[in-house]
Amino acid sequence: MAGKKSLDMRAAKRRRTILLYIPMTLLAITFMFPLIFMFVSSLKPDAQILADVDSINAFLPVGDISFANYGGVFERVPFARFLFNSVFVTVLIVGLGLLVNSMAGFALSRMEWSGRKLVLSLIIATLIVPFETIAVPMVYWVSKLPTLVWENGILKYDIGWLNSYEVMIVPFIANAFSIFLFTQNFSTIPPSIDEAARIDGAGWFTIYARIIVPLSGPVFATVAILTFLPAWNAYLWPLMVVQQESLRPVMVGMQYFFQLNTAWGEVMAYTSLITLPVLIMFLVFQRAFVSSIAASGVKG
Amino acid sequence: MKRTGRAIAALAVVPVLALAACGRAGEGDSDGGTATGDSTGGKTQVRLWTHSAGNPAELEVYNQIMSDFNSSQDNYEVVSESFPQGAYNDAIVAAAVSGDLPCLLDMDGPIVPNWAWAGYIQPLGISEDITNELLPTAVGVWEDEVYSAGYWDAALAIFARQSVLEANNIRIPTVDEPWTKDEFDAALRTLKGAGYDTPLDIGAEDSGEWWPYAYSPLLQSFGGDLIDRSTFLTAEGALNGPEALAWGEWFQGLFTEGLASNTGTIGNEEFNRDEVALSYTGVWNALNSLEAVGDDLLILPPPDFGTGPKIGGGSWQWGIASSCSGPALDGARAYLEFSFKPEYIAAFADKQIVIPATEAGTELSEYFGEGGVLRPFTELTQFAVLRPETPAYAVISTTFETAAMDIMNGADVKQILDQAVKDIDADIQNNDGYGF
Repeated sequence: MAGKKSLDMRAAKRRRTILLYIPMTLLAITFMFPLIFMFVSSLKPDAQILADVDSINAFLPVGDISFANYGGVFERVPFARFLFNSVFVTVLIVGLGLLVNSMAGFALSRMEWSGRKLVLSLIIATLIVPFETIAVPMVYWVSKLPTLVWENGILKYDIGWLNSYEVMIVPFIANAFSIFLFTQNFSTIPPSIDEAARIDGAGWFTIYARIIVPLSGPVFATVAILTFLPAWNAYLWPLMVVQQESLRPVMVGMQYFFQLNTAWGEVMAYTSLITLPVLIMFLVFQRAFVSSIAASGVKG
Repeated sequence: MKRTGRAIAALAVVPVLALAACGRAGEGDSDGGTATGDSTGGKTQVRLWTHSAGNPAELEVYNQIMSDFNSSQDNYEVVSESFPQGAYNDAIVAAAVSGDLPCLLDMDGPIVPNWAWAGYIQPLGISEDITNELLPTAVGVWEDEVYSAGYWDAALAIFARQSVLEANNIRIPTVDEPWTKDEFDAALRTLKGAGYDTPLDIGAEDSGEWWPYAYSPLLQSFGGDLIDRSTFLTAEGALNGPEALAWGEWFQGLFTEGLASNTGTIGNEEFNRDEVALSYTGVWNALNSLEAVGDDLLILPPPDFGTGPKIGGGSWQWGIASSCSGPALDGARAYLEFSFKPEYIAAFADKQIVIPATEAGTELSEYFGEGGVLRPFTELTQFAVLRPETPAYAVISTTFETAAMDIMNGADVKQILDQAVKDIDADIQNNDGYGF
């Protein structure tokens, strides 16, 4: 009897697993289709992409398959330069953003000073202002900022940040949402830890660096991912403040392919190339990504 | 614990050092100078922006012209920066805000009055001998002054297969005797009956400026217009009069009767694959279709819906920024005058598959010259109508696109066109008539 019951339970468990896997598989396929279409189309000539588009062949590497579109991408745009620019800008925005915003969050959540609630409220209030509404005044503003430039081996004073890396990076380091997330997360760590550390002679930076940061891995991962995506996908701002081709990021490069007759094969090859870093980053940090979402309740 | 502190310190210091080290990487390799020009090596630099990034054929001609000009004299050096077309206007507006416009910039013809009115560009100031030779639609005029001039114009036509029309006993129209509305409608129904699911590819899957460029000439052929051109102060009567309503009903009928589709792919592939019988498309698609269809290809004038066939006119042209002055302004004008040589105009037309703006350029063109396979397009330029030459066109364009899309999707034609008129008139009033 016990053996039969055990068999029944195993069969029921298997049925539940199958029932669970069916919708999960369908969902996975739904989300995979655009990516498969993109990679497969990047290997086909334009005419075949358009001919295959209303059949299952759109998702299959059949017909005249080659890497010609990838060659076309490298002929049409300076891809390596665009990729370098995007990686450079994104890494600095994420890196400096983690540092600055976590320090701000630390000051707002752990340190006692008058007006901190008001400051936090003001920071949160800036979240309701869409970037598009302040983009044009910001262009004017950054075009009037002082700067130092190397010219013929001499450091010279100049005006205007246009056509520089800093104009794509500095305005996006401080981020209200990141500060809010850090503040909220740091608030959950018991204050008695700080008090104990201070009794042992630790200063505020030591508490931040050696106690709070090591205890806050998931929120750092969350903020890193939430900062990475908009930085990598930046389009409007670089378009407005960078006129030189040598400084353009990958997303602005996308427009190179939309001429009177769009080169769809090259579009797909280019999007495949610029999607790869995002996919790699997701795969590498998959565990941290999932746990941070679960821990913070934030979705990207 | 120590490692965390070091990591944080590295996090803070390394990016700052990297940023400082890179500084303005890339600066100075192709651009430079201000709108008024910099002097380098005794030459005044003249900055030039084009919308041609990602278009190697177009860039090749521009680079040739600049190279020839720069080596032809010792006073000026033209340096260029190219932008992708889809991002170009935003880049121009941002540069205007920050006072960083170059001396020379190209622009789409319909935007010229707006940019002249906004103070972005100044009168062109090049020899009238050059601008008088150009197609009228290749010259941008605002308040009786020439602000822009271009090497070419485009044209729309109806592409068809001779064998298909003959097999269905459909008359082949000519420039002198285009299809009437009744003939065109009957041809579409005959072709649908012959097995074409949607016999006409009208390009409705596209968006943006294509809509007013392609469909407002049809409205004009019905007798309507985007604005009352006698005053440029209202769209009342032009965009919602009986002729405009007739256009709207006809346009909507194309889709409700299944004569045209709003799905598919941008371009001319459906026609090339014989999935549609007729394609309302541009000269830029002609060479591809010729390769696909061969001698069977017919390039036909658009139908006469009442006031004669009409096509859109006005394409990309060159202008000079208002901030350009001094020697750089002289250099900009010298460059433009140099660039309007027939051989450059012909090269541009043959590389881009667009219609040369001068007769001399046309004669040198492989495709558009005497006996050229695309010669029929040069005859169609007589039907070209400029989009309204008013700063309000920027709003007219988007308003018309929205209205026409709503009509296509089955909305009440009169209600939609009345609303479009209200929106356009409100914008004109809000801008004190744009100087009219």
